[in-house]
Amino acid sequence: MCTYLTEKFAIDGSGKGARGYFPLSEAMVYVDHPQHAPYEHTVNIDFLNPAQGPSARVAVELTEESALALIEAVRQALDLAPPGLASAPADVAG
Amino acid sequence: MYDALLAETVTLTGHGGDLIEAYSARPLVPGPTGGVVVIHHMPGYDAATKEITRWFAAEGYAAVCPNLYSREAPGADPDDAAAAARAQGGVPDARLIGDVAGAARYLRGLTSANQRVGTIGYCSGGRQSFLAACSLDLQAAVDCYGAFVVGRPPEDSPLAVEPLLHLTKDLNCPLLGLFGAEDQHPSPAETAELEQELRRHGKEYTFHTYEGAGHGFFAVDRPGYRPQAAGEGRQRVVEFFGRHLNG
Repeated sequence: MCTYLTEKFAIDGSGKGARGYFPLSEAMVYVDHPQHAPYEHTVNIDFLNPAQGPSARVAVELTEESALALIEAVRQALDLAPPGLASAPADVAG
Repeated sequence: MYDALLAETVTLTGHGGDLIEAYSARPLVPGPTGGVVVIHHMPGYDAATKEITRWFAAEGYAAVCPNLYSREAPGADPDDAAAAARAQGGVPDARLIGDVAGAARYLRGLTSANQRVGTIGYCSGGRQSFLAACSLDLQAAVDCYGAFVVGRPPEDSPLAVEPLLHLTKDLNCPLLGLFGAEDQHPSPAETAELEQELRRHGKEYTFHTYEGAGHGFFAVDRPGYRPQAAGEGRQRVVEFFGRHLNG
């Protein structure tokens, strides 16, 4: 199915695309048809910078299990690090 | 038999007078030939959709596939363009109608044209094919597993996708629907509801629902490909357009 479901939110960081690193400004998460992964549906995550055009995009297509494992790993990594270590500095984050 | 084709990227005038990119494929014959507007699926104006466009040319039609994401992502890879369009809320219905109208105008402007134009779309394009057929002067429309003709996407979706069932009364041409019995969007119950509405308004339609097939059964490079359903479905499309677009 085409779910049309899309979670979109602002992010701050960098990603590496086809032409090297670029600043990221937003991300989308949606469960829908993948372009490449050999499954009917996947959890698709796009890291984007619309100001730099459609090609400023880092895309992943994950199975549900992989996506959940990713969430868990991100949480675990953050839990192990001192709180706030990877936070955006207040003057940068605005 | 002379069977040369010409396939090329062209520019046509879409909604609001915007110049948009499109992929055109047509037999190199004087005509008269019918025309087919191919509406690409949500993943974009991609190689598979261009292949479908060439298929119609090989079947004797002038075919054109407008790039519905021309505005958001001119020149981008199809997958990047699809993501950019999704991020901006998808293709508005009014713009889709304008772009298909422009594509039909392009086809009717060819010297080989017999002025008869049909549409075909897959997935989100199936819904859009139905929408175009309820809004424009067309002679045939094919809806391949288009979701949300009946029913609507979840409330929190930012995409502007409204159900179209209420437009059934305005359907201007015969409709062919090809669906999978295992599909949930559209589900067999939803296509049955559409069928009921078509009957109620006395519209000409033919629906085929293939057992063992789910969403996207025509897509040869996806795990949902069902060769038998796809083969039969293609034959149905050829027969349907043969009946309504020739002459």
